[in-house]
Order: sequence, then C-alpha cells, then structure tokens
Amino acid sequence: MTTRHFFRILITLLAFAFAAPTFAQGNDPKPLFDQLADANFNDAEKLVGQIAATGDTRVVPALNAFAEGDLYFRKSDKAVFAAKAAASQLELIDPVTGESAGQVAKGAVTKIKVNNNLRRAIRAALGGLTLMSPDRGARLAAADAILRSPSAEALELVEAALAKESDRAVKARMQEARAVSLLSSDRSVEEKRAAIETIGKLGGRDALGILNSVSSSIDASLKPDLEAAIASIQNEQQLWDMAQNVWYGLSLGSVLLLAAIGLAITFGVMGIINMAHGEMVMLGAYSTFVVQQVIRENAPGLFDWSLAIALPVAFLVTGAVGLVIERGVIRFLYGRPLETLLATWGISLILQQGIRTIFGPTNQEVGNPSWMSGSFPLGGMTITWNRMWIVVFSLSIFVGLLLLMKRSAFGLQMRAVTQNRRMASSMGIRTPWVDAFTFALGSGIAGIAGVALSQIDNVSPNLGQSYIIDSFMVVVFGGVGNLWGTLVGALSLGILNKFLEPSVGAVLGKILVLVLIILFIQKRPRGLFALKGRAIEA
Amino acid sequence: MTFKARLGGALLAAALSTTAFQGAFAADDTIKIGVLHSLSGTMAISETTLKDAMLMLVEEQNKKGGVLGKKLEAVVVDPASDWPLFAEKARQLISQDKVAAVFGCWTSSSRKSVLPVFEELNSILFYPVQYEGEESSRNIFYTGAAPNQQAIPAVDYLAATEGVERWVLAGTDYVYPQTTNKILKAYLMSKGVKEEDIMINYTPFGHSDWQTIVSDIKKFGSAGKKTAVVSTINGDANVPFYKELGNQGVKAEDIPVVAFSVGEEELAGLDTAPLVGHLAAWNYFQSVDAPVNAEFIKSWHAYTKNDKRVTNDPMEAAYIGFNAWVKAVEAAGTVETDKVLDSIIGVSVPNLSGGTSTVMPNHHITKPVLIGEIQADGQFDIVQETPAVVGDEWSDYLPDSKDLISDWRKPMECGNFNVATGKCGGKGS
Repeated sequence: MTTRHFFRILITLLAFAFAAPTFAQGNDPKPLFDQLADANFNDAEKLVGQIAATGDTRVVPALNAFAEGDLYFRKSDKAVFAAKAAASQLELIDPVTGESAGQVAKGAVTKIKVNNNLRRAIRAALGGLTLMSPDRGARLAAADAILRSPSAEALELVEAALAKESDRAVKARMQEARAVSLLSSDRSVEEKRAAIETIGKLGGRDALGILNSVSSSIDASLKPDLEAAIASIQNEQQLWDMAQNVWYGLSLGSVLLLAAIGLAITFGVMGIINMAHGEMVMLGAYSTFVVQQVIRENAPGLFDWSLAIALPVAFLVTGAVGLVIERGVIRFLYGRPLETLLATWGISLILQQGIRTIFGPTNQEVGNPSWMSGSFPLGGMTITWNRMWIVVFSLSIFVGLLLLMKRSAFGLQMRAVTQNRRMASSMGIRTPWVDAFTFALGSGIAGIAGVALSQIDNVSPNLGQSYIIDSFMVVVFGGVGNLWGTLVGALSLGILNKFLEPSVGAVLGKILVLVLIILFIQKRPRGLFALKGRAIEA
Repeated sequence: MTFKARLGGALLAAALSTTAFQGAFAADDTIKIGVLHSLSGTMAISETTLKDAMLMLVEEQNKKGGVLGKKLEAVVVDPASDWPLFAEKARQLISQDKVAAVFGCWTSSSRKSVLPVFEELNSILFYPVQYEGEESSRNIFYTGAAPNQQAIPAVDYLAATEGVERWVLAGTDYVYPQTTNKILKAYLMSKGVKEEDIMINYTPFGHSDWQTIVSDIKKFGSAGKKTAVVSTINGDANVPFYKELGNQGVKAEDIPVVAFSVGEEELAGLDTAPLVGHLAAWNYFQSVDAPVNAEFIKSWHAYTKNDKRVTNDPMEAAYIGFNAWVKAVEAAGTVETDKVLDSIIGVSVPNLSGGTSTVMPNHHITKPVLIGEIQADGQFDIVQETPAVVGDEWSDYLPDSKDLISDWRKPMECGNFNVATGKCGGKGS
C-alpha cells in the first residue's frame, strides 16, 4: 500500500518535471490510442487532447505519424499502430513504446482518417508536449505551433518552458507564444497590455490576424492599445506590400524575358515570324520531364541535380529540332513572312499533337528539387525560392546571350549576316549555315526557358500556346532586333502588370496592358529601343 | 516535293482517320452512339479521358450482349476544343452517322453551342460534367453535379466543421465560376455572412502567375476570422495556383481551399505533399470504398493497360448516364428519341459510390455529395458524405430563377415552369 502510494507520488513528480503542472495525470496513453479506431473526428480530437494531457512525451512520434496520416488500426483486434511502408507491406510500430510490432499486408489494417481540425489539434498537442524537448529545433517548432494556434490552456505550459529556456532565439519565440496565449486567457489587463506590445513588435500578417481576432472580446480599456498596434503593423505592412509588388513584377518580368528571349533571336534578329516558338519552350519542358523520369528510375539521389542535367539536354533537343525546321521548311520561305507565319503555325500544331500522341494529353509531373521549394522571409515580404531562382536564371541567360552576340566569332558572323547579307557572303561567311545555327540557337534558348518554366507551370502539350502571344508582345514592345529592348520590355511589362493587378484585377489588368502597348506602338512603331541606321531589311 | 506531298497526305489521313474509320464499318445490326469529346486543343487534357471511358463502357456492354440484341458502336469525333465546331460535329453525328444518342461536351460553352442542334434534330445528349445550373433542355441529361450537389454542401461543410466565417470566391473568368459564385454569394449572405467578409476574384484562363492573388488571400485571411477559399479555378490554372500556395506556405490548417474543378486527374501532374488537407467536393472519388468502384477501377486499369491511370467524377457521371440510357432503351424496346425520353425518367442505376442514382423529371440525377481532403499520394480521403441529393436546375438563391422548376413529364413538359405565374416560359426559354 505504502509502496504503491510512493510510486504514484513519484510518477506524478516525474510527470511534473516532464510536462506542465496542470496536465500531469500519469495515465497510460496506450488505451487512448486504441480508442481512436472507433472514434469519429470529434471524438478523435478529444482523444488527442487526452493523450497530450498524459504528458507522456513518448507519444510524440505517434502523434506526428497521426498528423501525417500514418496511423492505422489492425482489423483483427482494433489495436492502433503507427506504420511505415516496408517493401510491399506495412511495418507496425507501437504508438507508445515505439517498438516494432511486426509487418502486415496493407489490407490487414485500416487508416485512421484525419481532417484539418484534427491536424490542428494534433499540432497544438505536439506543441505542448515538445516545449521542453532537449532538441532546440523541436522547441522552436513547438513555440511556433503555439503561436499559430493560441489557447489559454497553453499559457502555463509556455511559462514553465520559458523559465527553463536558455537559448535566446527560442526564448524570444516563446515570449511571443506566451503573449499570444495570454491574450485569450483571463490574466490581468496590465499583462495583456504588455502582450499586445510584444505582438505589435512581432509585426507581419500573422500578428495582425491574432490582434484582429481578439479585438471583439478584449477589455474596453485595452482597445486603444490594440488599435494602435494594429495600425502600426498595417502601416509597416503597406510599405512592404509596395516592395512585394515590385518583386512580383520583376518575377513576372523574368518569366516573360525567359519566354521571349529565344524569340528575340529568331524574330528579333532574323526577322522570322516563328509561331512554333512556344512549342520549343514546351519541348524543353518535356525534356526536363524525361530527364527526371530517367533519374527517378535509375539514380534517385541525383534528383536535386535534375534541372542542371536537363538544361543541356533541352538545349540540344530543341536546338536540333530548330535546325531541322530551318533546313526543312523555313529556308525556302525567306522573304515571305506570310507563308512563314502559316508554315510555322502548322509546325506548332504538328509538334503539339505529336507530343500529345507520345505522352498523352494530361499534365506530366515535373518535380521541384528541394532547393526550389518553399519560401524565405525578407523583412515583411515572402519570397519563394522558385521565383527567386528563375529571376537569377533568366538574367544569367540574358548576360550569356549578350556575351555570345557581342564577343564571339559566331556572334559577329550572325550580326554581319543579318545586317548585310550580301557583303557578309562576299567576305566568305557561309550565310545559309549561319542562318540555320542562329535559328537553332534561338530554339535552344527557348528550350532552356522551358526547363525553368516547367517549375512554375503545367507541363502539358498546351504549355507553349500560353506564352507565344506574350513573347511577341515583349519583343515588339522592346524593339525588334535589340536584346536590351527585350530585357527592359519584359521587366517593365511585368511590373506594370503587377501594379495594375491588385487594383483592377487580373483580367482587366491584362487587357489594360495590351491597350497600353497598342497605344505605345502607335506612337513609336519600332518599340522602346529602335535599331538605328541600316537595320534588317524590312 | 513528292516527299512533301506524301507527308501532307499522311497528315490529312491521320486527321480524318478518327471519323472516317469508324463510320466506314457501320452495319445494320449495330446501334451507333456518338462520343463528342475534344481530343486536341486546350480541353483535350480533360476530355480525352472521358472518350476512353466511353469506349470502355461500350466494350463492356457489348461483352454483355449489347443492347436490344444489337452490338453498340461508338462513333468518335474530335471537336478540337472549338465551341462552334462542337455544333457542327454534333450535327454530323446525328444526321450523317444517325447515332441514337450522344455522350459528350465538357465546358458549358460547348454545351450551349450544341443545345440548339440537339433540340432541332431531336436527339439526346448526356452531359457528364459539373456545371452552373440555370438550364434544362428536353434533349439533354445533366449527369454531373448542379451547384446544390457540389458547391453548397461544400460551403456548409466548411462553415460547420471548420468554423469558416470569411470567404474568398476565386474563379476563372467564364460562365461556370461566375454563376456559381453568384449563387454562393447569395447563399452565404442568406446565412448571415456580411458582404465585407466575401472576396470575389477572377483570373483569365490558363493564369500562371498567382503570386499577387495568393498574397491577397493571405492578407484577406489576416482579419482575425477563420478564412477559406472556394475555388472554381478551371483545370489547367490549378497547378500553378496550388504550387504557389504550397511555396508561400498557405497550409490547409490555416486557410483551407475547397475546389470544384480539381480531381484525381488534375492532381496527377502535381506533387501533393504540401497540399495535404486542402479539399474538393465531388460526387465520386477514386478512394470510395465500395465493391462496385473497385470493379470499375479494375476494368479501367485493364482497359487502359496502365494501373496508374486514375478515375474521376466526370467518369462516374458518364458511367451513370450510359447505364441509364441502356436501361431506358431496354425498357422502351427502341432507340427512338421520344420513346427513350419517356422511359428514362425514373430509371435508377447503380452509381460508383455504392448507392443508386435516379434520373429525375428535370433531367438531372440524384447522387450523394462527398467532401474529400487531398492526400500525399494524390488521392482524396473522404471526410464527409451526404445522402443522395436531387440536382436543382434552377437555383433557389438567385432572384430570377427561384420561382422556376422543370418537369419534362407529360402533361407539363416544360423546362422553365414559373410557379409564381403558373406559366411555362421565363428565363432561359
């Protein structure tokens, strides 16, 4: 009797040390887990709360598995297990002890479904359980979880954790989590005032959401503080919104630049109205898909390098297709723009339907390598990695192309041929081959643009169509035959679009941009940067 | 030159083969049905699957002995995502190929384009895609969802389960999203949602730059009330939309997105791990746990010789429409349009979610509404299922259609009967 009593006290004390004072009950979480087998979503939410209330930190991996949808019950005895895939079977793991309970066929277990509410409850529970974790990252994540789903119950947990915390960054995050939880508790007005100040300093959209959500329930004497904090965040946010808009514009501009830069060569420099340009972009995207498929099957470890490998492949494939098109069709049509337009339009349809026949009409999945997923905060802005790398990528293509045109022998010949074909020919330049390779270069550039665009758009046979109009718009607006014009044209159209979009909407914004370009072309028919002197023969 | 000519000839032959081939071998002991789905152009992405599904259904029916003792023969045409061409091809199917019924169309624009043709030549169209309602034709059967079989239950689910109070209605700029959003707005306001808690946003077809809109949604969501996005964004534009959501870290736990045009097929081109928990509302999911569904998936994989091909809601709608037609023809003993139109009303056939669907007098069908959450493997986990709901052609929430009903049985035989004035005719007549 006395020993049992002693043990109970000991367990309670241990639980105190592990988790929060109020949550310590020392129950065994195992039967709670087993009840999940028959629970509906509401019951499951309560059970998660009870599991967390045991304060037993061994359940953390199982709760994580639950949130990920990896919790199952065995059909034979309704025992609940976490599971992970092992070959064609599932390996069952005890939710409390973490020990393996053998492998079973997939049909022998049923998945316990989670919905968003349940996932939120699990995250909050995990936050409470891992606040004292020895792992710094876990503590930070726990504080974040509480910050996202504030509740009065979490307050004491955070305060207990805060007293023990020594890491500065984690401590700061916990202070914020405490402030957020405090607002919905019944603490004193003074404490709440301090909390509002803390959240006000935190800034950003999330803080704004938190402050707004309590504005209806808060004590009247705190209203002025709250409104001041909200106003200051909104002021700050407005400035960041401007910056964010410029960034979005640059990012859209860089996509336009990517799509148009190949056309700046075939249309701009050579004067070929190439309606199949978009399909070159599409072929580049499909090359990426094929490369990724090969990597997935043969060397999954290389997946993060797949785009780097796809670049030369896409360049060669589309360059070769371009060469064939020039030699096979376009060279017979020089000087006949209308026929060129029709012929290349036909080629574009053939290429589209060809791809549709080979790969099927549905979208193909091109994965994002890990370094192109997610985002990072920059002040009050969120910058996504894929957009950021595309800006970098398109600018480097631009620079590379400029160097090729201005500094290489091939670039010199190219310019010579386009400026004065007969004289270039007399100087011993084989003009037909220069034409062919220039067209191949333009197509190849379109192909590597396709590699980048596969990261942000659908990889389907229609991919090219959505870019062809925009590409022509950029080249004409920037000034035919001028690479700098294409750069400035693309970026200014991007920024213009993104500044119109918030006020007039995406549909009207696009129309307005088109109208503005038409008016601009009326005024300056040769675009932003007109070529002076003896330009390409009209 | 000769090579070019030969190439041209080959291309021409390829283009014509789909129609010419199947037309050439028509015999008298077969019943012909038309399949009118785009196999090229922008809509090919969605419609090609339905063409395959129809061919599979025809093949299976023939294995069972066909209809009325005759073999079925599918006549496939390609309207190439070109709305006026739909009408032309429909006319060709009905008057030249003499098909008994047509299964086809996807977009509302294509349906509106063929509607007068079917009424003029008195033939039957089965339309298998969810649509905006506000239409009821004597010659068309709408086996996809009307707004009350998809949009309204989805909104109810979010309000009840997730406690959503602020709504972003985002859609592509055309008739289906605009009408649906009009209905939803009226519905939400009738439930006490304030106007400032509803944000409506339209984007062009194939929109690919979602940065501003996703950031607007985040801004709208930081007003302290639980916010959700109701998406009527059309097929292709969804992939970049969801990618942007994932990259900007909009999690389903914070701002859930419920979509009406995103199914298994659309998710196939996408890494769904960052999207777990976002929702879709349909009348069918591939993950439905029913023997009839397992059977259907098995034969689909066998027919396409690809066990990765997914099934989706419009395929189920095509399945229901086809079986209802077969049953009605068997009952009428003929494929004559007027007799089939009479016998099909009230016909009940099994649907793929384990229940039955009945063809109602308003040419819509009954079916349950399922709400599913996206999973990491590109499938949906069903989190709610309603009992069967009757498709409501004229929305009760729009002022100019709330008095209208449709009943194609005798003696009413009217697609837009106004119960307030007691007369047939009104909007949409």
